[in-house]
Amino acid sequence: MSRHLDVIGVASQYCCDGLEVMQSTVRDSLDASFGQPAVKVDGLSKAFKGRPALQQVSLRVETGEMLALVGASGSGKSTLLRNLNGLQQADQGRVEVFGSPLQVDGQLHSKVRQLRSQVGFIFQQFNLVRRLTALENVLVGNLSQVSLWRSLTQSFTQAEKLKALSALERVGILDQAYQRASSLSGGQQQRVAIARCLMQGAKIILADEPIASLDPESAGKVMELLTLLNQEQGITVIISLHQVQVVQRYCPRSIALRQGVVCFDGRTAELDEARLADIYGSAVEELVLRGHSEVFVP
Amino acid sequence: MGMPPTHLNSANSTLSPQVLTTLSKEKKRITPLRIVWGLLAIAVLIYAGQKSDLSFGELFQGSGNMMEYISRYFPPDFNDWRFYLSDIFETIGMGVWGTLMAAIVAVPLSVIAAENVAPFWLVFLVRRFSDAMRAINEVVFALVFVVAVGLGPFAGVLALFVHTTGTLIKLFSEAIEAIEPGPVEGIRATGASKLQEIIFGVIPQVIPLWTSFTLYRFEANVRAASVLGIVGAGGIGVSLYQSFRAFKYGKVCAILILLIVAVAIIDTVSAKIRQRLV
Ligand SMILES: Nc1ncnc2c1ncn2[C@@H]1O[C@H](COP(=O)(O)OP(=O)(O)O)[C@@H](O)[C@H]1O
Ligand SMILES: [Mg+2]
Repeated sequence: MSRHLDVIGVASQYCCDGLEVMQSTVRDSLDASFGQPAVKVDGLSKAFKGRPALQQVSLRVETGEMLALVGASGSGKSTLLRNLNGLQQADQGRVEVFGSPLQVDGQLHSKVRQLRSQVGFIFQQFNLVRRLTALENVLVGNLSQVSLWRSLTQSFTQAEKLKALSALERVGILDQAYQRASSLSGGQQQRVAIARCLMQGAKIILADEPIASLDPESAGKVMELLTLLNQEQGITVIISLHQVQVVQRYCPRSIALRQGVVCFDGRTAELDEARLADIYGSAVEELVLRGHSEVFVP
Repeated sequence: MGMPPTHLNSANSTLSPQVLTTLSKEKKRITPLRIVWGLLAIAVLIYAGQKSDLSFGELFQGSGNMMEYISRYFPPDFNDWRFYLSDIFETIGMGVWGTLMAAIVAVPLSVIAAENVAPFWLVFLVRRFSDAMRAINEVVFALVFVVAVGLGPFAGVLALFVHTTGTLIKLFSEAIEAIEPGPVEGIRATGASKLQEIIFGVIPQVIPLWTSFTLYRFEANVRAASVLGIVGAGGIGVSLYQSFRAFKYGKVCAILILLIVAVAIIDTVSAKIRQRLV
């Protein structure tokens, strides 16, 4: 028992160091890529079997922004996010991350894995390995730094474990570290996924409808957590959402897609009813006027 | 009494024409095509029966002789039980090593035989390779290996190994093809390499099934190993065959009883473990 408490004590101590390290790496990268936007997209187009999903999408996201991606279902939000870290390749156009081209006209950069390791991704369905523990799922975030031999033996160093545990503490589920992911609630799983982004040292977090499968309370916690990471650690957050009230509450800037075309890019405050009707079409009634806003009122 | 008909009537009157036409489109159970297939199946069965000298009459006519023959097996003769027991352990040992070696080889090969992991030409190549290993019975492989490495259990282990490798590659790779892709993508998104995706994303998902398949094959291999002695590839089959040749049916019976008990124990234990895994 006392030993167990000890571990937590060490971890929380380490956590503060870890945070400082994380913040200083953010600063370093800011210096290195000074003036470079976190994400820059130019003329990105992609079609599935001839049907366009993205058409000439161009956008620029500065470091430290918290940006919402909105649009009706099928408007191309997931496709855009997956193209930003090269999980999918576009047909035309380019994506740059901190000034480095990640994909150009459908060709991934030869060092795409290194670039990807700076970009965390959070999925609607969490996408954790359910049979691994929360801790192991977080440790996976560091794989780009792990040698082939250590991967084969699935062995992690003490330092890596402490870093992972402090990431779990940061997201508030340190006590679940040795639980299998499958035994955690949806909200807890999503927080493990966020901890994995921290482990990864992500400077950008892409989140594809991260709260769509969560109950309102867990959804609120996840949004608060992402906001905190954005404000305290300067992590750039790009998040696709379909609840307009959530967007209005957490994201100063929004980009709206309609049938794969950017149809709005500006301050969320300017998203008035007419614009929303334009973005969502007939679904506006359900999404905007009868949304789940009541949940997010503090 | 009067209620149901009125009920039906009222229901009928409110039925929409769409409901009725949908019902009329229901597929018929007996169609000319099905009759043809049925007749064809019966013809094949009759032909196969003739080819294999199927004759239930003979079985009944000879039942008197049969009873006399069976009675020669009793009482079982357990005089050499120590010898049989050591043979049974040898048989189980052959099953353990044949299965274990096969599982070790099948792990990497099944990964490159899974369509959702490897390129199609590699999948094709490994799958045909495993088909070939699976198509040939253990006894045939045992004959081959007895010539190659000499009489004894090692030839049997190699025979089990080759056949089981073929089976496990197929079963393992089918398990990989059925995994959830989401978690693997989650790992890819962190900047992990393809091999790391497999180690941390694919393997944990298939481990319970893989273990279960391996145990199942182990049960089957112990049964198979008990036959391999007949061609000189070690195990309890050697004593079994020798007793047969010497007409010592009491000994045969004793061996069979021990074998049944051993296999039953292994099957029960292994089934218990498999239940826990899935
Ligand atoms: N893997 C795919 N194969 C075929 N079509 C796809 C695929 N992914 C997305 N699409 C299509 O691309 C369009 C945009 O989809 P998506 O990016 O998932 O939209 P959103 O996330 O905004 O709901 C949709 O019409 C969808 O059917
Ligand atoms: Mg989507």
